[in-house]
Amino acid sequence: MKPTQNTWFKNTRFKNTGFLTLLLTTSVCIPHIGNAAEVSAFSGTPNIHIRQLAASCAACHGTQGNSVAAKGDDGANAVLAGMAPAEFTEKMLGFKDGSRKATVMHHHAKGLTVDEINLLAVYFSQQKQVVTKALKSQILKADHE
Amino acid sequence: MNNANHFNRRDFIKLAGAASALLISHNGFARATKPPVGRVVIIGGGYAGATVAKYLRLWSLGSVEVIVVEPNSQFVSCPLSNLVLGGSKSINDLTFDYDALKNNHGIKWVQDTVTAIDASAKKITMLRGELNYDRLIVAPGVDFNYDTLPTLLSAEAQQQIPHAWKAGWQTVNLRKQLEAMPDGGVFVMNVPKAPYRCPPGPYERACQVASYFKAHKPKSKVIVLDANAEIISKKGLFTKVFNETYAGIVDYRPDNAITSVDVATKTVSTDFDKIKADVLNVIPPQRAGKIAQIANLTEKDYPWCDVNFLTYESKLVPNVHVLGDSVAAGLPKSAHMATNQAKVCANAIVQLFSGQAPDPAPVFANTCYSYVTDKSAMHVANVYRYDEGKKMMISAEGGGVSMSPSEKEGAYAVAWAQNIWADTLT
Ligand SMILES: Cc1cc2nc3c(=O)[nH]c(=O)nc-3n(C[C@H](O)[C@H](O)[C@H](O)COP(=O)(O)OP(=O)(O)OC[C@H]3O[C@@H](n4cnc5c(N)ncnc54)[C@H](O)[C@@H]3O)c2cc1C
Repeated sequence: MKPTQNTWFKNTRFKNTGFLTLLLTTSVCIPHIGNAAEVSAFSGTPNIHIRQLAASCAACHGTQGNSVAAKGDDGANAVLAGMAPAEFTEKMLGFKDGSRKATVMHHHAKGLTVDEINLLAVYFSQQKQVVTKALKSQILKADHE
Repeated sequence: MNNANHFNRRDFIKLAGAASALLISHNGFARATKPPVGRVVIIGGGYAGATVAKYLRLWSLGSVEVIVVEPNSQFVSCPLSNLVLGGSKSINDLTFDYDALKNNHGIKWVQDTVTAIDASAKKITMLRGELNYDRLIVAPGVDFNYDTLPTLLSAEAQQQIPHAWKAGWQTVNLRKQLEAMPDGGVFVMNVPKAPYRCPPGPYERACQVASYFKAHKPKSKVIVLDANAEIISKKGLFTKVFNETYAGIVDYRPDNAITSVDVATKTVSTDFDKIKADVLNVIPPQRAGKIAQIANLTEKDYPWCDVNFLTYESKLVPNVHVLGDSVAAGLPKSAHMATNQAKVCANAIVQLFSGQAPDPAPVFANTCYSYVTDKSAMHVANVYRYDEGKKMMISAEGGGVSMSPSEKEGAYAVAWAQNIWADTLT
C-alpha cells in the first residue's frame, strides 16, 4: 500500500487554483481560528509583513497580543489585543525617542520604523481580546529523554 | 515493509478520526470539508516545529494539512532549565503536553523519529512508517559532536557527566549531583566553541550553580572552562556578576577548551589545566540536528544548514525548509529566534501554496533573559531586519542589554516564558 497523500487525500490538483477558491470562500465565513483581520488579509489586501512582525511580539505579549502574564502595576507584558491605536503609537514612539521610560521596550522600539509602529498599532487594535491563562505544567514522565 | 503498512493503515484510521473531529469542532466552516491545498510534514515538535505547525494552520485558515513527527510525548523547556540547577524551579514546572496545540489547530501528530529523507520522492522514513510531503520542515534542534570527547559518548558516561543541554532527565541528574556534593566541593563546567545553542546559557548556568552554592555550600567553587576567547554574550554584565556577586566562588577561565575527559575520576584536561571535579558538566560542541546531517542539509566543512532567509528553504535541497538551532543564521540560537523563523517560514509557505511571493523583507525581534540569581535577570533585546544586499537577517540599530540585573526583569523573564509557552503550545 502506498502511504500518505494517495491514501489520505488527492491533493496535488488542488494546488493554486484550489487554494485561491478556498480563500475566497473562507473570507465570507468567520473562522473558528484566525480573526477578522486575517480573513480580510486573505481576501485581497494581505499585510503578511505586519502579521508576522506582530507575531514576533508574542514571546512577551502572547498570541495576537493576548498576553497571559500582563502586569497591572507597571504595564509590562501588556495585553496588546484591542489596544487603541493611539495608545499603542504614543507609547511606542515614546520608547523610540527615549521620552518614555523603559526597561526593555526601547531596545525594540528603536529598531522599528514609524510606519511599522503605525501598522502594528492598527493590527493589534483589530485583534480580539480573549481571556487566556498561563499553560499548566505537568510531571516529567520516565520515558522522556 | 509490513511494519510500514500496518502503521499507515492504523494511522489512517486515527487521522480520519481526527479529521472528522475537526469537522465537528469547526462546524459550518468550508475549510474542514475541503481537501487541503498541500501537506507540510514537520520534523521535531520543539520551539520551532511546534510554532510553525500552529501558524501554518492559523494563517492558511486550516487549508494546509500539517503533520508533526516528534519522538517525545512531552515538551520540556530549555529556557528556565538552568533554574532547576539553582534549585528555584523544578523540571515539572517546565514540562507540558502537546494536547492543546494539536486540538486547537487540527494538527496531525505522529510520535516517532525520522530516520531518512528522500527529497526526490518527497518522502520521509520514520522508525515505524513513511510519510509523503509537499513541503518538509526540518526542525530537530542540535546534535552533540563527541568527536573530540569520545569518552562521553555512552549513556553510562553521561549518567556520570551529564550535558543537561537538552532539558529533561539529565537536568534532574545534574541537580541531584549538586545536592549530593559536600560543601567545599568543586563544580567544573565548560562553554563549547561558538556557535552553540543559547549563547548566554552556559554563563547563566554558572551563575545558577554559584547562587545555590552561595546560599547552601559557601565553601564550594564553580570553575568555568570557556573554549572561546571571552564571554560571548552579555559580557560586561556577566563579568561584573562573576567578580562581584560570586567573588571567590566563580573562577572563569577563557580560551581553555576541554581536550579530554576521564569519566571514572571526573577529571578534565585542557591545554593549560588538569582538574578533578566533584561534579562535572560537559556541554559538547554542537552541530545541526542529526537528521539534517543525514539528509545532506549541512555543508561538509560547516555543520549547520544554509537557508534562504525569506522562506527558510534549504539552499541545498528543494522543498525542504530548516528552522531553529540547526540553521546557519549567524544569529543567537534561541527559542525566541526559533519561533520567529517559524513564523516567517509559515507565512512564506502559505504564500507559496497560493502561488504568491513571500514577504521580501521580514523583520522580527528577539528578547533573551538570563537569570543571575534565583530572582534577578537581565536581558539582551534586538530587532532583526532582512538585508537585501547580504541576503540575511541583520541586527537593527537600537538594540542592547540591561543596565544591570534586577528582580523586576526576573519577573519579566517569567512572563516571557509563560507567553512563549502559551504561544508555542496552545
Ligand atoms: C540551558 C538552556 C537555557 C536556554 N535558555 C533560553 C532562554 O532563556 N531563551 C531562549 O530564547 N532560548 C533559550 N535556550 C535555547 C533554546 O532552548 C533553543 O534555541 C530552542 O530550543 C531551539 O528550538 P528548536 O526547535 O530548534 O530545537 P528544540 O527545541 O530542541 O526542538 C527540537 C525537537 O526535534 C525533535 N527531533 C530531533 N530529531 C528528530 C527526528 N529525527 N525526528 C523527529 N523529531 C526529532 C526533538 O525531540 C525536539 O523535540 C536555552 C537552551 C538551553 C540548553
